[in-house]
Amino acid sequence: MRVRVALFATCLTDTFFPETARAVVRLLERLGCSVDFPLGQTCCGQMHFNTGYREHAKPLARKYTDVFRDYDHVVAPSGSCAGMVREIHPTLGESPPRTFELAEFLVDVLGVTDVGAWFPHRVTYHPTCHSLRMLGVGDKPLALLRAVKALDLVELPDSTHCCGFGGTFAVKNAETSTAMLADKMTSVLSTGAEVLSAGDNSCLMHIGGGLSRLRAGVRPVHLAEILASTEEDPWLATR
Amino acid sequence: MARNPVTWLGSPTFPKAAHTALADTQLRQNLRKATGTIRGRRAAAVGEMTDWEQLRVAGEQIKNDVLARLDTLLVQLEESVTARGGVVHWARDAEEANRIVLDLCREEGANEVVKVKSMATAEIGLNEALEAGGVHAIETDLAELIVQLGDDRPSHILVPAIHRNRSEIREIFQRRMGVEVSDEPADLAEAARVYLREKFLTTKVAISGANFAVADTGSIVVLESEGNGRMCLTLPDTLITVMGIEKLVPTWQDLEVFLQLLPRSSTAERMNPYTSVWTGVTEGDGPQRFHLVLIDNGRTATLEDSVGRQALRCIRCSACLNVCPVYERTGGQSYGSVYPGPIGAILTPQLVGDMHDPQAASLPYASSLCGACFEVCPVRIDIPSVLTHLRAEAVEAKGLTAESVAMAAAAWVFREASRYEKAQKAGSLARFLARDGRITSLPWPGSKWTSSRDVPAPPSESFRAWWRKNRG
Repeated sequence: MRVRVALFATCLTDTFFPETARAVVRLLERLGCSVDFPLGQTCCGQMHFNTGYREHAKPLARKYTDVFRDYDHVVAPSGSCAGMVREIHPTLGESPPRTFELAEFLVDVLGVTDVGAWFPHRVTYHPTCHSLRMLGVGDKPLALLRAVKALDLVELPDSTHCCGFGGTFAVKNAETSTAMLADKMTSVLSTGAEVLSAGDNSCLMHIGGGLSRLRAGVRPVHLAEILASTEEDPWLATR
Repeated sequence: MARNPVTWLGSPTFPKAAHTALADTQLRQNLRKATGTIRGRRAAAVGEMTDWEQLRVAGEQIKNDVLARLDTLLVQLEESVTARGGVVHWARDAEEANRIVLDLCREEGANEVVKVKSMATAEIGLNEALEAGGVHAIETDLAELIVQLGDDRPSHILVPAIHRNRSEIREIFQRRMGVEVSDEPADLAEAARVYLREKFLTTKVAISGANFAVADTGSIVVLESEGNGRMCLTLPDTLITVMGIEKLVPTWQDLEVFLQLLPRSSTAERMNPYTSVWTGVTEGDGPQRFHLVLIDNGRTATLEDSVGRQALRCIRCSACLNVCPVYERTGGQSYGSVYPGPIGAILTPQLVGDMHDPQAASLPYASSLCGACFEVCPVRIDIPSVLTHLRAEAVEAKGLTAESVAMAAAAWVFREASRYEKAQKAGSLARFLARDGRITSLPWPGSKWTSSRDVPAPPSESFRAWWRKNRG
């Protein structure tokens, strides 16, 4: 029986990084899932909740429950948004539908680590804070990356240190955020990788924004895009 | 009511204080080195425990029980201490506590007192209050002494002089002790030893804090590494202990849990070198007069908050400071309080009890919510959850602001997919601001982002537009 999955693209990926969401669709369909994208979805309310606007987050959490209630599995290409749904929505009075971060879904639900991907690049991986500490995805993303053919995986020093994004923290405490970013970029550059991967486009937008400002020559690529890439249909730099 | 001295008068808001601290390259280097070292050592000390998670849960539950029964346990403590010859005093706030201690010093005719390192006395500004009353307090903890002699402020809970390196300490000692000393740690320690030993032998009154107080026996417990604390706790005639009302454990047996949790979390030691325990007064042994001053200073108000009260479980280990990426870069003084770092960001504003205070209200935002603090907390304080909870209070206190209007507008857009889609289309026009796929400059508040980071150009087609076209 085909696993029926709803994709929660997240507002950031839907708006700024559509190639990530398309990659999730391609990947999950290749693995035999049937993927739906309910068009009523918008945002999980994390920005509002984390900035102190709990009351504004409540209707968004309610909307999430309503939009996804009929699906067995909801998959999001974001540890942060999946964490918001799973850990915070219940505190806002919701019983959210079963929601997974992509790597968790692949390894825990579908039971695969080799997704048949091919990605001939030198890659380093940043485990994002919420995927690591809210969801506890552990080294599942690394297991997935290790199984990718032709991929040269380099360990990121101090990988578990926050990149300094933190949502509105990046603007409210921009200088501290930048100081954290500087150290993260130093770690990334020390690996000699050409691609920085992570399971959250928010953190990638932050580190990538810093790397781009420095013209550092390292490209941020979401984990989903690497896993979707195959020899027949390879990932191509679109930005 | 007087202002709570838990925050330093005139401290700027966190972003402003951080602006200055981030530019101090010596501070950055000192902190990077110190926190990096202690982080690694703590991880190793905790890693060798197979039942660490169970210990954390036990620590959490014992403290929750204490907070739930605080009213009766405190009375029990008072009875036990009194029965063993101690005198218990109750202080509603800092002002009251300082007055009680000053009066006790005067009764003893003391114009000089030695002090064991204590967060409670730092929180209430006791040294300054005693000084104003003509009593000079001498800090005997090495790091605390460095801060005192340097006319400085503490920047860490356990190691208040963590922002200083040894050459800076050498300079302070030479200037204030009038001695020639090298910057070798052993030499610096020797200089402090000579300076302090005379004080221990001549001072009649000591003041301490408490790590724990056992309600059913009335025993007070202090953990330390140097032995200077034990000097203060044994040599003088009179001992005055100032303690927050939440520092209780119900029984002697409960100490078993905390004496394992605290040293490994704070100094990365299996066991701390000195654990001093005393119960009231023992004839012919140690101080013959013992006073216990119990301070509230905002704790009862904190206890009322069902989310925020977990901050009162804190055992002041500093593990959260040492792993915090924000603390590591800004240092402790940026928090404007004796309680810096993640625990300070949730404890200080609650003790202040006024989110209209812009400095206190800025503290819960001094975090990227990365969760490293929660992961190491030995009593499982969910610091990120308390941070967002306090942010909501800060937002409410601020009322209508440009931010609150923007947030309301964004929420209105997100509540309806059709509005969101229109906003997406309008927003994607920003791609015309981009060159080579990136936007390097945005107007305020976006400028806060583009000051150091590019923004990717929005794509011409959102994912949902693609889905609608190809799959819809």
